[in-house]
Amino acid sequence: MLGEQIIKGMAVTAKNFFGSYVSKDRLTTVQYPEERLTPKENTRQFPFLVFDGDDAEKGLRCVACQICEKECPPQCIYIVKSKDKKPDYKGQMQVYPVTFDIDISVCMSCSICVEVCPFESIKMNNEFELSTDDRFKGLLLTKKELAKPNSYYQQIHPQDAKDSDAVIAAEKVKAEAKAKAAAEAKAKADAEAKAKAAAAAAPVGTPPANPPTPPPAAK
Amino acid sequence: METLEQIKSRLEAALPSAKIEILANECAAGERSLLVDAASGFAVAKFLRDDAQLMLDYCSNVTGVDWPDKELTEKIKVKQVVDGVEKEVEEVKKTLRPGCLEVVFHLYSMTLKHGPVVLRMRTENRADKTHLPSLTPLWRGAEFQEREIYDLYGVIFDGHPDLRRILMWDGFEGYPMRKDYVAPDDYEYEPTPHDEVLEAAKKCYPAEPKVEVKP
Amino acid sequence: MLSGRAESGGEAVIAAQKPFEVTPKLDESGTPIGELLEISMGPHHPSTHGVFRMDVTLDGETVVKLKPVFGYLHRNHEKIGENISYLATMPYTDRLDYFCSMTNNWAYALTIEKLAGLAVPERAEYIRVIMAELTRLQNHTSLIGFFVQDMGALGTPMMYAFREREKILDLFEEVSGARMMCNYMRFGGVRVDVSDAWLAQTKKIVGDYGKFLDEFEVFLNENEILLARTQGVAPISKEQAINASITGPLLRAAGVNYDLRKVDKYGIYSRFEFKVPLGETGDLYDRYMVRVLEMRESIKILNQALAGIPAGPIMDAKAKLRGFRPKAGEVYGRIESPKGELGFYVISDGGPSPYRYRIRPPSYINLTTLEDMCLGRKVADVIVILGSVDIVLGEVDR
Repeated sequence: MLGEQIIKGMAVTAKNFFGSYVSKDRLTTVQYPEERLTPKENTRQFPFLVFDGDDAEKGLRCVACQICEKECPPQCIYIVKSKDKKPDYKGQMQVYPVTFDIDISVCMSCSICVEVCPFESIKMNNEFELSTDDRFKGLLLTKKELAKPNSYYQQIHPQDAKDSDAVIAAEKVKAEAKAKAAAEAKAKADAEAKAKAAAAAAPVGTPPANPPTPPPAAK
Repeated sequence: METLEQIKSRLEAALPSAKIEILANECAAGERSLLVDAASGFAVAKFLRDDAQLMLDYCSNVTGVDWPDKELTEKIKVKQVVDGVEKEVEEVKKTLRPGCLEVVFHLYSMTLKHGPVVLRMRTENRADKTHLPSLTPLWRGAEFQEREIYDLYGVIFDGHPDLRRILMWDGFEGYPMRKDYVAPDDYEYEPTPHDEVLEAAKKCYPAEPKVEVKP
Repeated sequence: MLSGRAESGGEAVIAAQKPFEVTPKLDESGTPIGELLEISMGPHHPSTHGVFRMDVTLDGETVVKLKPVFGYLHRNHEKIGENISYLATMPYTDRLDYFCSMTNNWAYALTIEKLAGLAVPERAEYIRVIMAELTRLQNHTSLIGFFVQDMGALGTPMMYAFREREKILDLFEEVSGARMMCNYMRFGGVRVDVSDAWLAQTKKIVGDYGKFLDEFEVFLNENEILLARTQGVAPISKEQAINASITGPLLRAAGVNYDLRKVDKYGIYSRFEFKVPLGETGDLYDRYMVRVLEMRESIKILNQALAGIPAGPIMDAKAKLRGFRPKAGEVYGRIESPKGELGFYVISDGGPSPYRYRIRPPSYINLTTLEDMCLGRKVADVIVILGSVDIVLGEVDR
């Protein structure tokens, strides 16, 4: 019969219309921004830098190795290495980034930088409400804006943060054991060299630290 | 499917004037390919398509490759007479590998479900003698892909029914996929925010001892 | 310029016009009846699925000539790939066919694995199959939504399709971190392992998908308008389809049994039992039905894969993330993406980035016979025919 199928089709739409009042499967939308879905564990938006402790400058894990800068597909990372060194999370003297900029107008959220980073330093944020009225400077995140405490990372990606903390703890243990062994072997011969090194290292200081960035509040 | 050697010998028997060469491929899973001279390229392709044992009726992929002129250096030992004594002297010999544009066809058979046979043709040079026979009359699937190669590499396919630029606009000059193509400075209509931002960012860091140039 | 057709100047040799060129209707004295009208459809036209343009010559409402115009989204993807490392190309492949980033990833990873001789662990193979079939499900679902929308069913069927698609995209987001730009596969495996909870959730969604398809089929399959608009429209013969290198559902709708999952048996597809749905005439209705039936087969594969997924590593131990330099050589790898044969051709010279990096985009090549299909049809049919080809401009223009 002509029109039979159209009536059947209307029955389907009717089912969906009335079903949307009772079934979650038939009405999957939420009223943003009043209602929000909880972000998924692995959600990635734009990168940020992790620091340990309270001081963003002191605890920054990044050692400016520039691997992410090289591997970044759209080349949106810009790093300037420091001339001096500071102790990293393992206690070894390392250079640190004087400048670390990410242009999020270019970034394509691919998380390649996170994968290639050998220092568990760059991670993906899940904040997506980043609109700004300055399309140039407003979308260039500097080191100050990028640095987030480890507690923030633990909060947004609990599982990943746990894994990453475990890696760092293992590395620390390894580094300490190594340092200890080296120290014992060198203990005698190092006596005078140490004094010299201490004298040389004293005048070199790091530039004044930026205040720690508080965890971003929801806008 | 037959081996490439068998195909080659049958081709040579059927088309005595064709110059066919098997090119090696060092990687493990890759296929070796048949290099055919441009003059007999169309006849070879027709043979491959119509042959009852091969029936390569499906031209999957057509692509261009640019091989610029390259200076190859190799060290050879030359015998020289020095002070009446014959000596072996090492000399560096430089040879110029002339550049060419290459077109690669990946042929499969949908009827017999085998393949691929990789067919290649090379132009004489990269400047003025860039003609190759079009295989579009044999496989219409090559039509857009050959147009694309004409557009991006500048290979001119003789016998193509509608050879125009396809991805770049009419009136565009140059062939952007060639290795020596240099994009003009005003390539992007609007300067990328990235460059602007970086320039602006540099001004914000006066204390920097020396800004390293980004590679 | 109205026609957009510039005669290629200079050296280009233009052979005789194509045999299928149609001339306008003539009256007894040999003069054309009425005037031909050249119009430009697109690039900013909601039915062209992106920025695609067709230069159409019309005789009244009848199409007498149609030339597709590409390139509005051209970004020279292949050149970008030749300038960055092998790994860094992976996220760019997401942006080719942005509906099916998982299969794009797989095709590229498969090619580089062939090049570098990497093995893929069992579990990763299973995950890849699951991801690829989920991709096929959501691609075909949303395509049918678009297709029906092109016929004038504004909104409703497409919203149902998108609702279901969103459930699958949520699964992708859960594991890869992004809904569409998944960037999930790596050379020698996958990036993130899937959790048991994820597998359970997938099982549930796949289980419910059949019910949705039942409803969808009741909704559309025998709908009078759909039948009138699709049956017998733009048929394509077997020979023509093969000769024009058409692949994917379009080819199988024409009755050619050629599915790379069966022919090449890449990955672990040889282990799964599924059929290849075939059409008879290659008209629009066959193309629609082939896609519907393919979804049913995908559900079968998914059920088998979800039941059989083993535990184990997800990455080849030999695979290197940083400083990956495969040996010199060349390779062509291809898979059956939802749109057809997606191929990658890579020449390596031993360096950190490929010497030549080429994509064989299925929807670009499937457009070869667009003109043949549209000739003699009405303008309204052109839209539907284009919809049935299933193009994504990110892939067509690259």
